[in-house]
Amino acid sequence: MRAFRSLSVAMAKGFFRDRMSLFFAVLFPLMFLVLFGGLLTDNGVSKSTIVQIGDVALIDDAPAETKAFYDESFDITRSTDEASALEKVRKGDVDAVISQDGDTIVVRYSQADQVKAATVQGTFQGLVQTANIAATGQPPKFSLEAEQVEDDSLSTIQFVTPGLLGWAVAMSATFGAASNLVVWRKNGLLRRLRLSPVPTSSVVLARVVVSLAIAMVQAAIFLGLGIGAFGLQLTGAWPMIVPLLLSGTLAFMSIGLLAGSVSKTEEGAIGMANFVVLPMAFLSGSFFPLDGAPGWVQAIGNVLPLRHLNEGMLDTMVRGEGASSALVPIAILLGFTVVLTAIASRLFRWDA
Amino acid sequence: MGVGIRAEGLVMTYGDLRAVDGVSFEVRPGEFFGLLGPNGAGKTTTLEMVEGLRKPQSGSVRIDGFEPWRREPELQRRIGVQLQSSSFFERLTTREQLDTFGSLYGVAAGRTDELLEMVGLVDKAGVRTEDLSGGQKQRLSIACALVHDPEVVFLDEPTAALDPQARRNLWDVLSGLNASGRTVVLTTHYMDEAEALCDRVAIMDSGRILEMDTPAALVRGLDAPVRISLTPGTLAVADALAIAGPDSVDAHESELTITTREPARVLAALADRDALAGLSVKGATLEDVFLQLTGREYRA
Repeated sequence: MRAFRSLSVAMAKGFFRDRMSLFFAVLFPLMFLVLFGGLLTDNGVSKSTIVQIGDVALIDDAPAETKAFYDESFDITRSTDEASALEKVRKGDVDAVISQDGDTIVVRYSQADQVKAATVQGTFQGLVQTANIAATGQPPKFSLEAEQVEDDSLSTIQFVTPGLLGWAVAMSATFGAASNLVVWRKNGLLRRLRLSPVPTSSVVLARVVVSLAIAMVQAAIFLGLGIGAFGLQLTGAWPMIVPLLLSGTLAFMSIGLLAGSVSKTEEGAIGMANFVVLPMAFLSGSFFPLDGAPGWVQAIGNVLPLRHLNEGMLDTMVRGEGASSALVPIAILLGFTVVLTAIASRLFRWDA
Repeated sequence: MGVGIRAEGLVMTYGDLRAVDGVSFEVRPGEFFGLLGPNGAGKTTTLEMVEGLRKPQSGSVRIDGFEPWRREPELQRRIGVQLQSSSFFERLTTREQLDTFGSLYGVAAGRTDELLEMVGLVDKAGVRTEDLSGGQKQRLSIACALVHDPEVVFLDEPTAALDPQARRNLWDVLSGLNASGRTVVLTTHYMDEAEALCDRVAIMDSGRILEMDTPAALVRGLDAPVRISLTPGTLAVADALAIAGPDSVDAHESELTITTREPARVLAALADRDALAGLSVKGATLEDVFLQLTGREYRA
């Protein structure tokens, strides 16, 4: 027990004293969290820019309620130079030019941004209709009441926090296991430990415990920053990310174990781990959702452990699913660990 | 204390190469035993079989009745190993390395100070291993092999790649290792090291033991002539020839050398004539035995 404890302490010191591995385990993924969380929080469509030529009664004489709506949707500037305004539309600097010719409202737009073009066109169509009805002096027969429904799509920070946390844990667990194995084999520490009375299982277990602890530290930092700085909101079953991350860490360590068993040098092991982890992060939806991805991408994603870890964490910490939704991902992660560890142990070598 | 080792008919082949080809030897309790040979002679592979890192393909090793390749904890607690490379935990200090290795053997941390003292690293206790010099690393790796006060210690080329000062420095640490009855097995390709430290040496080449005896007996067995040198002009060449009798005389600008198999008679004659200026006497060394046995051809 004492040997196990001091082995764990020695490994933990080795990790926390290495600025490089700390950077890649914590700061590097956090940079992405800040990037996604900070830059992409305003998920709405930006305002359409419109140039108004001359007087347009529909805009100028609109009641206060309609004015407020204009300001919300459009960025209207007045101009008298029609030719240059149209040139700006052609270049895409301005979305539409609006003018009034007698009783006709003329909207000229570019089709470059189809969404904005449709918005501008549709909005003014509606306004013209409303104005026409008002002009008849009749009360409108139908009215529209809009009410927003909470949908399944998540705001950016809700989506990226679980994905980036999964990626961070995947990196440190995979690289940790791979480089540990190769470095210790090269410098002879594996042989040295083999000749000590400590059973191999204690050495492996110590390394596992250190990696699990690192994953917990990463989770605490991510959740703390997400909640504190970017308004991340956790849903009921979020504590399930603990068993999810623990089983995920085991799965990623088994990848690292395989990379470390196959490669002779540390550079080779790190390269191989990178080769696996980075594409895995993309194919598992760590950086952006895969809902629109082609079927074959989803199929590949389904055999990757990070995909299941991400799904399990999304379900429990932001989608509000129950704790039981984590059970299938956990089972898949543990199964993945068993298979890969069995393969790695067949390729394992004690000395270089 | 006092554990003997018996190796019998050890064989290890890698493909076509017979790295170790029928090696047998016995190390007595408390003996300082050396495996001496050029690089690639099979010393390290032999040592690995004796330590228990490899199971011999044929033959057997017994340390106090145990077969080391079974890696039984009862035996492993009694043996200490220092491996060829400096095998340490990353980014730990000297003291932390010793504490960690100590805990692997269930030793109280108190021994760390004693060991730091013994290998002269007290002032480096708080320094990370990566920042130690080559000699300091080797001394630490020997201290790590001794944390649990083992009855048998294996040292694999402990002074390889050290400068002469660091090498002598390490000899001081090593020479007392078997004082308390501890058995020590050392591999080296330095003749002077084996001569200075070992009670008995086995000279290995191409996977076989060529000779095995005390260094002095091996040198005597060589029956090599002794070279007696004097400052030139101390003695006329004709006189030197007269004294030398059947032996050869070399008159150089820098020295006059008589090569003889009867050094006692020649030295007595020189003393009679009071012709001893700049006298130096060089006998054969283990190096001569080694070269005689293994040949002088250049090895890649």
